[in-house]
Amino acid sequence: MDTILEMRNITKTFPGVKALDDVSLKVERGEIHALCGENGAGKSTLMKVLSGVYPIGSYEGDILYDGDVQEFKDIRDSEERGIIIIHQELALVPLLSIAENIFLGNEICENGVINWPATFARTGELLKKVGLRETPSELITNIGVGKQQLVEIAKALSKKVKLLILDEPTASLQENDSQKLLDLLLEFKAQGITSILISHKLNEINRVADRITIIRDGKAISTLDARGGKITEDDIVKDMVGRDMAHRYPDRTPNIGTDKLMEVRNWNVTHPLHPERKVVKNVNIDVAAGEVVGIAGLMGAGRTELAMSIFGRAYGADISGEVLINGKPADVTTVEKAIASGLAYVTEDRKEMGLVLEESITTNITLANLDGVAEHGVINEGAERQVAEEYRSKINIRTPNVAQKAVNLSGGNQQKVVLAKWLFAGPEVLILDEPTRGIDVGAKYEIYTIINQLAADGKGVIMISSEMPELLGMCDRIYVMNEGEIKGQLAANDASQEKIMRMILKA
Amino acid sequence: MTDTSSSKSMGYYLRTHMREYGMVIALIAILAFFQVMTDGVMLKPVNLTNLFLQNSYIIIMAVGMLLVIVGGHIDLSVGSVVGFVGALAAVMIVHWDLPTVIVIPACLIVGAVIGAAQGYWVAYWRIPSFIVTLAGMLVFKGLTLALLGGASVGPFPDSFQAMSSGFLPDFFAGLIEGRFNVFSMVLGVAIAVILPVLGLRARAKQAKFAEVEEPMAFFAAKHAIAGIAILYVTYLLSTYRGLPNVLIVMALLIAIFTFITNSTTLGRRIYALGGNEKAAKLSGINTKRLTFLTFANMGMLAALAGLVFAARLNTATPKAGLAFELDVIAAVFIGGASMSGGVGKVIGAVVGALIMGVMNNGMSIIGVGIDWQQVIKGLVLLAAVIFDVYNKNKA
Repeated sequence: MDTILEMRNITKTFPGVKALDDVSLKVERGEIHALCGENGAGKSTLMKVLSGVYPIGSYEGDILYDGDVQEFKDIRDSEERGIIIIHQELALVPLLSIAENIFLGNEICENGVINWPATFARTGELLKKVGLRETPSELITNIGVGKQQLVEIAKALSKKVKLLILDEPTASLQENDSQKLLDLLLEFKAQGITSILISHKLNEINRVADRITIIRDGKAISTLDARGGKITEDDIVKDMVGRDMAHRYPDRTPNIGTDKLMEVRNWNVTHPLHPERKVVKNVNIDVAAGEVVGIAGLMGAGRTELAMSIFGRAYGADISGEVLINGKPADVTTVEKAIASGLAYVTEDRKEMGLVLEESITTNITLANLDGVAEHGVINEGAERQVAEEYRSKINIRTPNVAQKAVNLSGGNQQKVVLAKWLFAGPEVLILDEPTRGIDVGAKYEIYTIINQLAADGKGVIMISSEMPELLGMCDRIYVMNEGEIKGQLAANDASQEKIMRMILKA
Repeated sequence: MTDTSSSKSMGYYLRTHMREYGMVIALIAILAFFQVMTDGVMLKPVNLTNLFLQNSYIIIMAVGMLLVIVGGHIDLSVGSVVGFVGALAAVMIVHWDLPTVIVIPACLIVGAVIGAAQGYWVAYWRIPSFIVTLAGMLVFKGLTLALLGGASVGPFPDSFQAMSSGFLPDFFAGLIEGRFNVFSMVLGVAIAVILPVLGLRARAKQAKFAEVEEPMAFFAAKHAIAGIAILYVTYLLSTYRGLPNVLIVMALLIAIFTFITNSTTLGRRIYALGGNEKAAKLSGINTKRLTFLTFANMGMLAALAGLVFAARLNTATPKAGLAFELDVIAAVFIGGASMSGGVGKVIGAVVGALIMGVMNNGMSIIGVGIDWQQVIKGLVLLAAVIFDVYNKNKA
């Protein structure tokens, strides 16, 4: 067999994290090669190394492509050699036409003057190839996500693609759009185009992939040959999960209350911009005092949307359902009221939505409960400093000075500031959205300890995480969510990564 | 505290507050420069009085503009609102014969309504403030012309003029021979004493809870310089006609808004809104209402500036307020506010306005033409912001 691509012993480190550890990958010409692994396993990083997003020198190891060692300095270099990557977040300009998007940066022109007739004619051909009937002058914003994905592929074709990389192309697609896209991949295969497909959807992988490489914790675990149909989803899942989980989580003896502290009933949320898309469908969840409840699911499962819509309708439109706190209906129609009802929500993205980065640690900590340090609207600066100092020592925020700006802290310490803000607001129920994303192992342990302490103090904790081991290590009970629905729940002693994965994938 | 840690914290404090002190030092340097260049005319009591009168309306608006800019927006309509409110006041007084005591509050209310009307679109409809207030600028420029019928309307009665050209009466007149305004001087001394006392009380209150951030040496130096400046300025003004009414109004506004921005939950929330709107919203802050309020407040202060300006000219002209918004916005940015919101101080905006004012005044005295004045002012604005960015990158 002819090998088109060989990545040898690739190692890529980010400050404090080894994202890829001695990964090797072999792709044969003309095959569809699937990459599988959990969120954060290193699939996307590997593809960014391949396509030159991470340039030569920023990683160790060799890339052999078409028989030669490649030294890609940027994405242009790799595209010149026919390696085209289509990212999870589509890179299209919404208010430009399909034709303009396809030839963006690669215009058909003479001396800088665009040849529009040729552009439109060529776009027409490309659209036909991917099975789109839109006119080339249609604006991207006017077509659905599925069709946008096809436009991205048409764009790849315009660049004479030899190796096509698709990063979760069907994540945001409806079922029939996904099928169409997979058919297209099979068609390309017949034309001799090689594809690398990153996907979470094992049924899709089983349908189209020739071989499957599984990545876990930055290492290539195995490569399975799927031709002949002997590989089952269980085989893949087994390799995707399974790692040593001892001692990564602080010990805790649960002391769970018998009554429900918070209950969410029949919760429905619609996408704020696309009224036809329901992002949360009829969700029922609850949490008791002293309980840590997890919500597992893949990216885009609707977990953040669920949390934010509960927290004062900070997300979504057309929200319906009921929130009960201590058995009584609570008014959570604005963030202010949600906080007053005893809710707190620690956002997934602390820099974008959690912190005022240019303000001090002190200012950030008191922001959600300014009245707690003020009298008649006048802030008592001394009391405020005292609060900040108290939380600095209580949850170990490492800083020489609480007047330090939040922007100067490390990720772990920033997260502690966000937690301090919500602790000071005195909530009954805390919803933590990816509380340990992007922070190092030591700080993670400290965050876990804080979460355990909260539960021990009788708070209810709802923890959203894409890291399944984290949920298994921390939670008393785990809800599994997919495509806006709660697919089921598992008790901690009964849960395993395999069971969660299977629940997610169960269509 | 040992010596090393105290010098270390002083260094740290200086580094983090570089910008604030830098602006004050720049102002003093510019004043000194023109004092020398004008052979002492700059700090003559008459000129100093003029300096305050000439810049009062810019400073009044800079205080409001600071809140708008800290909140992450901009208001381009203030110049036109100045003209419109001046015209409105003239029509009410000269054509309709309404008394001053009714006209002044009515005009302030109209200003607040104008600001609120613009803030409504910005806050609740999320229309960019640049566009809303650009529209407002055109609308109120047009309405000014319509109101005045293209001609100047005036003059105003004394009661109205007093707002701008009046001086504090001297209740102790005659105690000292000559034209010295004793009451003004007493007031100046009182303020010079009260400020450090308030400062010390705040420090003591803070020290009860935690270590005080500002080193004592800085505190002392700051208040010594401020005290001397206040005493010197009031002395000079007292030898002329005393403290102008408008200076008192300005001082009150500066005090009120410094208090609001530094010490109240309202002020803190505006900074959070400008610093990170999403985080502010998710912390339970009603960001829309805050945005709305900053614009309503700006409208009211623009109206006040319009009244002061009209009173000073003693007539309402169709050209009043022309391009004031640019001076006001420049003052706020020279004073250290950030274009992206969340950063800026009231006192910074005031110092920024004074720097512009002193330069205008000084350059006019030494005979720099209006053409080169514009060039130099433009370069100063650019330099101040470059200094900011440079400082930020270095940190």
